[in-house]
Amino acid sequence: MKRVALYAAALGIVIFAGFPFYWMLVTSFKQNRDLYVGASDLSHIPWIFNDPPTLEHVKLLLGQTDFPRWVLNTLVVVVAVAVITVAVAVPAGYSLARLVGRWGERMGMGIFFTYLIPPTLLFVPFSRLISLLGLQDSLGALILIYPTMTIPFCTWLVMGFLRSVPWEIEEQAMIDGYSRLAVILKVAPRLIVPGILTVVVFSFTLVLQEFVYALTFISSVNKMTVSLGVPIALVRGDVYHWGALMAAALFTSIPLAIVYNAFIDRFIQGFTMGAVKG
Amino acid sequence: MTLPPRRTFADREEVLGAVMLGPALAYVILLVGVPFVFAILLGFSNATAGSLSFGWAGLNNYRAILDDPIFLRALRNSVIVTVGSQVLVVILATAAAQVFRATFRGKRFARFVLLLPWAVPVSLAAIAWTWIFDSTFSVVNWTLKAAGLLHGWLYWLGDPALALFAIIIVQAWRIFPFATVIVLAGLSSIPQEIVEAAIVDGAGFWRRLFRVELPLLLPVVAVAVLFGVVYTATDLGVVYILTGGGPANTTHVLPTLAFQRGILGADLGQGAAIAVFLLPFLIVVAIGMLRLAHRTEVGGAR
Repeated sequence: MKRVALYAAALGIVIFAGFPFYWMLVTSFKQNRDLYVGASDLSHIPWIFNDPPTLEHVKLLLGQTDFPRWVLNTLVVVVAVAVITVAVAVPAGYSLARLVGRWGERMGMGIFFTYLIPPTLLFVPFSRLISLLGLQDSLGALILIYPTMTIPFCTWLVMGFLRSVPWEIEEQAMIDGYSRLAVILKVAPRLIVPGILTVVVFSFTLVLQEFVYALTFISSVNKMTVSLGVPIALVRGDVYHWGALMAAALFTSIPLAIVYNAFIDRFIQGFTMGAVKG
Repeated sequence: MTLPPRRTFADREEVLGAVMLGPALAYVILLVGVPFVFAILLGFSNATAGSLSFGWAGLNNYRAILDDPIFLRALRNSVIVTVGSQVLVVILATAAAQVFRATFRGKRFARFVLLLPWAVPVSLAAIAWTWIFDSTFSVVNWTLKAAGLLHGWLYWLGDPALALFAIIIVQAWRIFPFATVIVLAGLSSIPQEIVEAAIVDGAGFWRRLFRVELPLLLPVVAVAVLFGVVYTATDLGVVYILTGGGPANTTHVLPTLAFQRGILGADLGQGAAIAVFLLPFLIVVAIGMLRLAHRTEVGGAR
């Protein structure tokens, strides 16, 4: 009886969480004839393929829309933001964990709190800043602004990560005659590799997910990122190409889901801020 | 390269520390701190997107929006959506965490599916839900009708109350996986002896849940809710894509109205003034976080 309740609850969760993705999948490969039957027709079951599946929506998406262009734009922004974030947040995290002493904790907390200041509060001043810099409607605007979201969180992540790395290895290197700087340049990088990987992954997921700044700064269709282009520019007037739309959403979700599954525990360590002690 | 064991630049920790921290601090101060202050100042100005002039307007923007029924409605909607979705999130997440701490067949797959709503970009999730709630093709309506639960017709995104309900569902859907994972992390950190002691004392499942585990979980659930409040109250994507604030401006929340007035309407001053009303949500969250951090610091000294 208890097992039955457990499986029923698990099934309920899976259905609620997964239903929109099942719906993306079905919609992406259904023929239009099968797709656009009004929901008041009870004899036509929308949950299944009533006609054979088709690739026409995928072909439309990849061949006749700007989707490939948006993927490319997104990758450009991902790489640039990841490089900036690693270059800025990793040294900062190291500094807070190992160098600045008792102020590190507080300053780290202060930097982390800026992560809580939302884009929806900052997009108005940023829109003015971006036009002052002449960056409106360019990927440069996103590359400049996205690190404001990745740096605080990643600095905090790296700091927390280093706390779990024993100090002895670096200490031994110093006893062996390395200067403090030499330890940072030669010993520490090897220790921080998993932390750097987490930073890169976080930057990747953030850029793929971000919508508000992209919506504010980018207006040309060929400059858009995936998360902006799909919901905004794939809809032409009132015509929704639901098959192509859902295919785009599905293709973007899959890599993100795989990455999340692999890195979830590291992200959570960052979010719980030590409120959870393992 | 052997350096003498003397304190040179290469050995001065505070200098190295400042140099390495500098760029991050500069980025945060210049591109978060300054714009944040500017965001508040803009609320008192008559700045527009067309010109670069910046005139002091005193409280005019605030007077204008507080007289504006659309703004008051947006403020109310923000509160309703945030509170409503977070109540759902807490219930769903505690239930889901109880499921996922047990072992069962297919758990890895279930966990993968659970994380999907959190991983997918909010704008793409919102467009999927727009299709699910479509006025003609809504699969929800079909299913309810097929089950005999619905006799008329539900215009999900065309009716203000239903649209608000749909927005709450989508926000809860998007955030409960995150909360579940956090609560799970908290469950695994409860000392096993305490739970076993409760079992030995004859406490059943519900008693154990409400008397032993939930009180111990409170700080973790609070973390989940605090992040949930930030994510929901400040989110623009869901409402912007699902309803665009319509029908007839009835489902705006603060971020979508700020966007409409500040960016689309080019009235930067009023847009900024509307966004400033997000601050109370954030201040509550920041205070909550600080208190939790303080508590774990104190408790951590055990």
